[in-house]
Amino acid sequence: MLTNVLFYLFAAILIFSAIRVITAKNPVHAVLFLVLAFVTSSCLWLILNVEFLALSLILIYVGAVMVLFLFVVMMLDIDVETLRKSFWQHLPLAIVLGLVVLVEMVFVLIAKPITLPHTVASFPSDISNSNQIGLLMYLNYSYPVELASVILLLALVVAVALTLRQTNKNSKYQNIAKQVAVDSSTRVTLVKMATETNPEVTISNKEGETK
Amino acid sequence: MIVIQQYLILSAILFAISVMGIFLNRKNIIVILMSIELMLLAVNFNFITFSSFLHNLDGQIFVFFTLTVAAAEASIGLAILILLFRNLRSINVQDMDSLQG
Repeated sequence: MLTNVLFYLFAAILIFSAIRVITAKNPVHAVLFLVLAFVTSSCLWLILNVEFLALSLILIYVGAVMVLFLFVVMMLDIDVETLRKSFWQHLPLAIVLGLVVLVEMVFVLIAKPITLPHTVASFPSDISNSNQIGLLMYLNYSYPVELASVILLLALVVAVALTLRQTNKNSKYQNIAKQVAVDSSTRVTLVKMATETNPEVTISNKEGETK
Repeated sequence: MIVIQQYLILSAILFAISVMGIFLNRKNIIVILMSIELMLLAVNFNFITFSSFLHNLDGQIFVFFTLTVAAAEASIGLAILILLFRNLRSINVQDMDSLQG
């Protein structure tokens, strides 16, 4: 009973904040409502006993990604009025499309009752959710976890490489135009020189002067 | 007692709202990025729901990887956005036509 009440409360807050995200005039407000949506869905995940992901959603999304969004939105000088000019013009199409997507999904869900197969829990219930995920992640999924870390490293490198400005004279970077324009004549130079007859003698006699 | 359809319909509503968001804010690339984040959240909801109701943790591991990829996507998307703003002085999608697409 209590979980049902909590579910409907959180679901209402989630839908309200999602609608405000897409309709807010000020992008800063949109980001803040997105934070509310993430916190609310983390509460909904807690109802399902998914503690580890609920907390990591708050840490990763609210703590990192949304703060990044907020920084970018506040740094850019956005002209809101021109961006919202076609908002009302697109509204009928958007409502029709959203309703079609929603009706299709709900129809699939309620067309026939979902009967879940009776499954046995893969871990005994006295192990906590975080412990179970840790066991699974580092025993069965260790290779994908390493791949995920490589993806994060790639994102780091790409974000730096995209936004790096070449104003500092000491920073090294590629000149793409020069690299593309290169041909064999600029890379290899053939030099004519006399044949050296007795290399051992030359090296032992003038060791310091051969350069 | 919560049944599985409640969660699935909630996630469908969330997905439909974010599809609407992409169509409504066709010019504002920041709100489009935020709508994509909401879509990923709706998909994660489905994974979590089935994982919880089936007592199978593989769905939660998959959500973990989705979170990783979404964080990478957001950081690269915002880097591209800053680059665009530096060159065009606007974030209007209509101004990004240098590839003549």
